[in-house]
Amino acid sequence: MEKNIKKYWPIFTVPTMAAFMIGFVIPFIMGIYLSFCKFTTVKDAKFVGISNYIRALQDTIFRHSFWFTAAFAIVTLVLINVIAFALALALTKEFRGTNIFRTIFFMPNLIGGIVLGYIWQLIFSGILGPMNMALNLDERLGFWGLVILVCWQQIGYMMIIYIAGLQSIPGDVLEAAEIDGANSVKKLFEVTIPMMMPSITICTFLSITNGFKLFDQNLALTAGEPAKMSEMMALNIYNTFYGRTGWEGVGQAKAVLFFILVVAIGLIQLRATRSKEVQQ
Amino acid sequence: MTKKKKSWLPSGLLTFICIWWIFPILVVLFNSFKKKTWINQQPFTLPDAKTFTGLSNYLTVIHKYHFVSAVGWTVFITVISVVVILICTSMCAWYITRVNNRITRAIYVLCVFSMVVPFQMVMFTLSLVANQLGLVTPWGIIIIYLGFGAGLAVFMFCGFVKSIPIEIEEAAMIDGCTPLQTFFEIVLPIMKPTYISVGILETMWIWNDFLLPYLVLDIKKYKTISIMIQYMKGSYGRVDMGAIMAALIMAVIPVIVFYLSCQKYIIKGVAAGAVKG
Repeated sequence: MEKNIKKYWPIFTVPTMAAFMIGFVIPFIMGIYLSFCKFTTVKDAKFVGISNYIRALQDTIFRHSFWFTAAFAIVTLVLINVIAFALALALTKEFRGTNIFRTIFFMPNLIGGIVLGYIWQLIFSGILGPMNMALNLDERLGFWGLVILVCWQQIGYMMIIYIAGLQSIPGDVLEAAEIDGANSVKKLFEVTIPMMMPSITICTFLSITNGFKLFDQNLALTAGEPAKMSEMMALNIYNTFYGRTGWEGVGQAKAVLFFILVVAIGLIQLRATRSKEVQQ
Repeated sequence: MTKKKKSWLPSGLLTFICIWWIFPILVVLFNSFKKKTWINQQPFTLPDAKTFTGLSNYLTVIHKYHFVSAVGWTVFITVISVVVILICTSMCAWYITRVNNRITRAIYVLCVFSMVVPFQMVMFTLSLVANQLGLVTPWGIIIIYLGFGAGLAVFMFCGFVKSIPIEIEEAAMIDGCTPLQTFFEIVLPIMKPTYISVGILETMWIWNDFLLPYLVLDIKKYKTISIMIQYMKGSYGRVDMGAIMAALIMAVIPVIVFYLSCQKYIIKGVAAGAVKG
């Protein structure tokens, strides 16, 4: 059968692979190459070695954006997962209206980052205005504003994953624990959470990588104000490319560093939580 | 275990939380009916006789900012891209799962790899490539979406194809089906749930995407909803808050309608996508 299918490769694989080349492989390879070049358009690219990387690492705003992003990713990682897990636990209990609540909690997730950013800008300016404060005047306010926005957006998503995980725990395991005399706290920490490790792995992976990759919400809510102090890495890279002529190579070098960072964090995180997963 | 009686207390508490949960959207909704000068001064009050302006904000958005064409382009790009992604990537996934050699294994690894690469990594070069090839129209961007969305879709389809017993396809082939017939008449119907999951994940992504169309499309001619809202806010001169509120509501409404009408599938799709991820 394999031989028979094999002849049909142009029909089955070429459309996807051609698009994949254009949309991903070629830009990716060009990106790696250009990060070692000085250029404004591709035609005048000149090889300059690692000087772009040095300039990227010397850029204090880029370094600031790294710490800002890292803090943001860790705070949202914890908040989103704890709240989403708690909601999932609550909504798998039996009481009226659990489906409606799930529907409502999930809803913000479908709204695009730009729209979300402007919705929350209105709310925050309404709250902070009377106190003579504004998101774009204080770096810390911008930080917490982004945290609230992203929590609001992503808690519902993670909640759905946790609910699916909770529903797949066999009831007899919990019942056995109950018969053995475990109270509800013990049941949660010694049965439910270990059984939930696959879902926890996925959710923590998604929330930490989403935290690092955040762009739209950052652009719409604070746009990096005040003075680029609330600029996260993705926005910093964007501004380096399109905001400063002569810095395109540096922007590409930052993008490569960013890519390596996201992959490394994803892998470390997967390894850390995978090792805690138990076999059923 | 005995079935517990359904209680009202947690429902009451969660209702309270839920009202606050949708509060931000409600605030925007109220404000979309207010005159623009009142929005910044009193964002949290309901519109009253003095501040109410009827549908004029909505009309401004439609007439002055060409909202209808933005919605049209967004629908066009999303629908066609998702259909193209579903057909092309499922065919590719079936092929690379059923034909096992070094090349197909390499394709699979590349697809998985592409899922973790942040968009910023290829953003600049991708827009150059798109420009070179003239893919700056809504038709061209579909090819870009197929390429950039292929990773996730191929990965999810491969996961499902592996679980289909190969005997069914072998039987079809022995009965004289060509691989194409086998795919479209046997494999495709079996994979329907995966089509729905992948379709929903890709729809959510493409509908809301901002940066990729912003960099690739010729935005003087074609604006998607996200691009238009960013333009309204980011353009120089006075920002019309009333129009923005109306635009936000009009951007949210199709999403909510879509969500409420295929809620069951969306929630299943998200859960399935996560398990595979």
